[in-house]
Amino acid sequence: MKRLNRRDFGVAVAAAILLPVTTARADDTNLEIHIDNFTFQPAELSIKVGTTVTWTNRDDIPHTVVSAGKFRSKTLDTDDKFTFTFTNAGDYKYFCSLHPHMTGMIKVE
Amino acid sequence: MSGHDHGDDGVNRRKVLECMTWAGTGVLWTITGGVPRSLGIIDSAKAATAATPGMTFLQISDSHVGFDKPANPNALGTLEEAVNKINAMPVKPSFMIHTGDITHLSKASEFDNADRIISQSKLDVHYVPGEHDFLDEEVKFYRERYGRGTKGAGWYSFDAGGVHFVGLVNVVDLKGGGLGNLGAEQLAWLEDDLRGKSKSTPVVLFAHIPLWTVYPQWGWGTEDGGRALEYVKGFGSVTVLNGHIHQVMQKVEGNVTFHTARSTAFPQPAPGAAASPGPMKVEDAKLRSMLGVASINFKQNEQRLAIIDTPLQG
Repeated sequence: MKRLNRRDFGVAVAAAILLPVTTARADDTNLEIHIDNFTFQPAELSIKVGTTVTWTNRDDIPHTVVSAGKFRSKTLDTDDKFTFTFTNAGDYKYFCSLHPHMTGMIKVE
Repeated sequence: MSGHDHGDDGVNRRKVLECMTWAGTGVLWTITGGVPRSLGIIDSAKAATAATPGMTFLQISDSHVGFDKPANPNALGTLEEAVNKINAMPVKPSFMIHTGDITHLSKASEFDNADRIISQSKLDVHYVPGEHDFLDEEVKFYRERYGRGTKGAGWYSFDAGGVHFVGLVNVVDLKGGGLGNLGAEQLAWLEDDLRGKSKSTPVVLFAHIPLWTVYPQWGWGTEDGGRALEYVKGFGSVTVLNGHIHQVMQKVEGNVTFHTARSTAFPQPAPGAAASPGPMKVEDAKLRSMLGVASINFKQNEQRLAIIDTPLQG
């Protein structure tokens, strides 16, 4: 019973946090970026606070997703994923630390 | 006629691996009159080796042990084929350099496997790391195996056959939007390392990513590579060797010659020839026309390199 209560509590908290910003489409809280041909697609994304973004590496070469001081994925082999939830507004420039010419940007408002 | 049977059923797996081996053997170098000179890849170099006295050394690169995707499902196997060719050489090279990406994912098992195969050459091997060798969390596997006696992230120098060799690391502290990077500490060390050396001493710089700008759109260059090249400008003979781009390219700039090496694992496209620099997947039957042999003949004071490209199938 104790476990169930805690889970319910968690769901309630998550709902309370998410509700104010879920005025747009429901899937806006979960967005995906694919790594294809050494590029982040889409390379630029505007999201709302509380959105979770998942990067998937679809190349045969490993990549990383790194935003200096903000987040850093482990090395993503083919089909590996990295997920980050943006809880603060701001511009998040990020890149692949193995192939630094690969860059992307998340605008959080 | 090539002497090979290429029926409609395509090239079988064994022949594909044969091609991969051709693509990925090593480059043999000799020191003639104190100047490094390429004798081409091992097979074409065999005859030349027998006739050429003096020190020879070998370069292999981009073994990517652990890579198992369709472009080459057995990167360890093609590395072993390359080492077998090295062992079959009539004259044993003095040593070997490996210009990085020994492994694909920096796993301990990948380093173990690479070491087991490369050590069969029974040659001293001087390594520099590629970005694929620094993927473990603490970046310790490469350093524990190959970093003994090196500075910083793994740079060092040594002398052999009257030539000053410098192994550089340009795969750490990469900045978003940038290229390969040597960094201030390494550049200061390099300047110091070269200070006091006679300008007539031939210098060989080797690193993983090209020190010259090959194709910045794919990150094929080193942000501060020009600084390193400044330090060697006054020397009479400078040879710069690297891997990373999995294909042969040369350039001459004054007394500096640049050479890139093939991979022992998989080919990569020519700059801009594909959507990305990723592994080039080709049909088995097409592979022979896309892989080949390049022999390079370089003599000091000649402005042009003689490059002979020989595809395996016309």
